[in-house]
Amino acid sequence: MSSGRCAACRYLRRRCTEDCILSPYFPSNNPQRFVSVHRIYGASNVTKLLLQLPTHLRAEAADSLYFEAQCRLEDPVYGCVGLIFMLQQQIHAAESQLVKTQAEIAVMKSQGQNPEAQQAEQDFNNLLLQQSDNDAALSFPNQVSSGFI
Amino acid sequence: MGGSSPCASCKLLRRRCAKDCIFAPYFPSEDPHKFAIVHKVFGASNVSKMLQELPIEQRADAVSSLVYEANARVRDPVYGCLGAISYLQNQVSHLQMQLAAAQTEILCIQMQHESTQIDIHQPTNNNLDTISRYLNFSSSTNVIQGPVPLKRESLWI
Repeated sequence: MSSGRCAACRYLRRRCTEDCILSPYFPSNNPQRFVSVHRIYGASNVTKLLLQLPTHLRAEAADSLYFEAQCRLEDPVYGCVGLIFMLQQQIHAAESQLVKTQAEIAVMKSQGQNPEAQQAEQDFNNLLLQQSDNDAALSFPNQVSSGFI
Repeated sequence: MGGSSPCASCKLLRRRCAKDCIFAPYFPSEDPHKFAIVHKVFGASNVSKMLQELPIEQRADAVSSLVYEANARVRDPVYGCLGAISYLQNQVSHLQMQLAAAQTEILCIQMQHESTQIDIHQPTNNNLDTISRYLNFSSSTNVIQGPVPLKRESLWI
């Protein structure tokens, strides 16, 4: 019954036994999954690795092997380590930006600390403007009065 | 010249280390652990195929990343490098949330400052009363807002 073989045994052209360690994680409907993992790790290394693990952890291990194999196929030089570098750079950039933003907040808060003093200063400035306007009106009464009447 | 010492790969694989051995530049005999771990996870023939497919100038970096991955896999046989990747992705998300919160705080402070400025530039009746008393203007009529009516009153006193 060749149709019952898992993707691994089909690829390796061998009989797929009932206790095949790879068949739960490399089903026949996804042959590419096994091909990727086999190209990077080799079937016997994958088998050895899964055998070392308790059964309930093997599915996650197979998924992570597949993920890393895909990364390596896409980037043969750096594999998933390229992704780690990129994330580390993102963290560094975000940390720098956060420090800058927090410093801006501190400055803005300290500038807004004394609103009463700012109000008093503004009132005084308005006062001076009013005084100078009134002085000008009193100095040239003829010119001004013709404008008002 | 006597035979040079085999590289770490050929020593582990117990074979003659040829002059053009693909592993020799990257797996010196002084560091046997480096090849041992890569061989354990990937297998010597897979590593050899991977290196052969790369230009020479990229092979050193490829070996470094393979060693890194192999070490991660030996330390964590279930998740390998994926454990580190998940951790870093969480850190990035967390930082981005902190940054968004900080940027929102800046906007709030800016809005507060702007509303304070608007209050200052629109003088109230109270302010003008204070100003009038200070300048000793007497007036029998009600005080009207704005500087022009004050000038009018001062003319007719």
